[in-house]
Amino acid sequence: MSWTATVGGHSYRFTDLRDLLAKASPARSGDVLAGCAAGSAAERVAARTALADLPLAHFLDEAVVAYEDDDVTRLIVDTHDADAFAPVRSLTVGGFRDWLLSWEADTAALTALAPGLTPEMVAAVSKTCRVADLVAIAAKTRVVTGFRTTLGLPGRLATRLQPNHPTDDPVGITASIVDGLLHGSGDAVVGINPATDRPSTVRGLLELLDDARQRLDAPIQSCVLTHVTTTLELLEQGAPVDLVFQSVAGTQAANRGFGVTLEQLRDAREAALALGRGTVGNQVTYFETGQGSALSADAHHGVGGPVDQQTLEARAYAVCRAFDPLLVNTVVGFIGPEYLYDGKQILRAGLEDHVCGKLLGVPMGVDVCYTNHAEADADDMDTLLTMLAAAGCSFVICVPGGDDVMLAYQSLSFTDVLGVRAVLGLRPAPEFEAWLASVGLLDDAGRVPPLDPGALPALTTGMGA
Amino acid sequence: MSTADAWRVLREATQARVGLGRAGDALPTAEILRLDAAHALARDAVHAPLDVEALVTDLRGATGLDVVRVASEAGDRTEYLQRPDLGRRLADGAELTAGEWDLAVVVADGLSARAVQAHAAGLLAALLARLEGWAVAPPVVATQARVALGDDVGSRLGAALVLVLIGERPGMSAPDSLGAYLTWGPRRGRADAERNCVSNVRPPHGLSYERAADVLAALLTESRRRQLSGVGLKDTGEALPPAD
Repeated sequence: MSWTATVGGHSYRFTDLRDLLAKASPARSGDVLAGCAAGSAAERVAARTALADLPLAHFLDEAVVAYEDDDVTRLIVDTHDADAFAPVRSLTVGGFRDWLLSWEADTAALTALAPGLTPEMVAAVSKTCRVADLVAIAAKTRVVTGFRTTLGLPGRLATRLQPNHPTDDPVGITASIVDGLLHGSGDAVVGINPATDRPSTVRGLLELLDDARQRLDAPIQSCVLTHVTTTLELLEQGAPVDLVFQSVAGTQAANRGFGVTLEQLRDAREAALALGRGTVGNQVTYFETGQGSALSADAHHGVGGPVDQQTLEARAYAVCRAFDPLLVNTVVGFIGPEYLYDGKQILRAGLEDHVCGKLLGVPMGVDVCYTNHAEADADDMDTLLTMLAAAGCSFVICVPGGDDVMLAYQSLSFTDVLGVRAVLGLRPAPEFEAWLASVGLLDDAGRVPPLDPGALPALTTGMGA
Repeated sequence: MSTADAWRVLREATQARVGLGRAGDALPTAEILRLDAAHALARDAVHAPLDVEALVTDLRGATGLDVVRVASEAGDRTEYLQRPDLGRRLADGAELTAGEWDLAVVVADGLSARAVQAHAAGLLAALLARLEGWAVAPPVVATQARVALGDDVGSRLGAALVLVLIGERPGMSAPDSLGAYLTWGPRRGRADAERNCVSNVRPPHGLSYERAADVLAALLTESRRRQLSGVGLKDTGEALPPAD
């Protein structure tokens, strides 16, 4: 099927659904690189106009990546819940935007709708939204998950404490954990990106984190973000694994590029579930995604040509959703300027990813971040963080001073989150908040006071601090 | 122990920016300025060109081998940053002759020419000392290059394995970090999961040349023995030295 729309006296034609979605997508460098972006601002608005008139039900009839070729498409189609979809079945994409913004579309309605939505539908509607819409819609969606803390509750903003170290040095990692905890960080997860995938090193880090948790007697879940096959191997050896991690993307070919299959994710999740290590919940998976990951693996091809990176990113959330995750985050500015060129593109992408994940029922967080080869700076991150916090983002990622010395990029600092929590009246996850208060890391007004490392003797005594 | 002493102990344990202090719920002015300065230096490092002449001299001195120069299809830095596809492809005119090589080595500027300038020759000398009996092709210096350019170079040289030493994306505390990627059976279209990586070679703060060379030599030996690289080649082998 093809569509035409006229803007400024010129008629534009879009050859298929993939082409229409790509041309309607807000401008970004990755779609130019892939060769699927609109050729002009007018063509982009024409595509958006045609897209707004498209019935939502059409997405059930036309795939952007072929069903026969791709297990992500099969997952989306085979698990679609027609009953949940019924309330919006008769709407167009533009009508769906209006409905999402209506008073009728409250939290309960959006929660019930999630299994009836496909990634392509939510990607499409996001393309017709301004950033204020992306915030307003996300703020109404709620995805609550739990393991040792409860995440995604209203009025809360959690953090992943990311204590990375270039050589996985246990003392260096512990120093960053201490700094983070003293800033009230770590309620989503304490998660290390290891410098090496070597199983013995990963196991050592898992034991370090589990030992710290027990010494602190704190409601913390931990994760070492290594390849799922390594985690599965360590699970079989009896290592203390709270969460199974994997980077995933929106096509089977891109997941193959990550060296992962849906079957492996299923096996690893079942192995972690069997340990029963959660207390307030037992959601045991953690996924990271990001626009451009399929393109960077040359795995972005769909029916008739390249698929735009934002649509593919939304498809990654369908993969996440199938494994009942505790945590999902887009690493939005990490991938580089060839996919998201500058602060404006990163801001928009972070808000799109957040709302698309939430609408699909995924507990969405964001790594608010940028690299030194992108046209972005800390001001852009402040803006994105503030908008995400207003949008009810489940969690963000923090590293000491915002400078990740292992992965060589900038995320948020612990103080960035203290600041936005103060401005918007947000609090940490309830179990973690209670623990912080019980050990004197939170004052009577709910603020995190400036304390020295001696306030955490369970971790610092052995360091001579 | 005073507060200042307690933070000093933590700071000595990591390069991470721990214990920066507070201005209410924000960072103090002095720390904001330090972060701005580090960002400015990293931004400048991305755009600094590779001094090819100096690198060729260093590599010749370190290895005793001839050195070949090639370029990717990316014409300049701006194009390189926006078109990774061009940075993965060898430009026309490369003088590479196929031979019976066990290993090809590509030294690529990547996103930090400074890293390559500082560490490539030292790492390569340490590695070659551990690869006795290997037929190693003359090292290839590649400009405006991404990791996958090694696939083009390795296949043109007819090498069984390719090792790419490349400048990693500059961080605010690490503008000169070198990465090493090995790929069995290099050819265009290899996936990232078919490579093994040792990153953060950056003495004295990151991996030392000796330590990185130990790990790389073990990975290369296992890769050659099992005729594969990537996810299937975990660095689990008994051949590997223990972690630091």
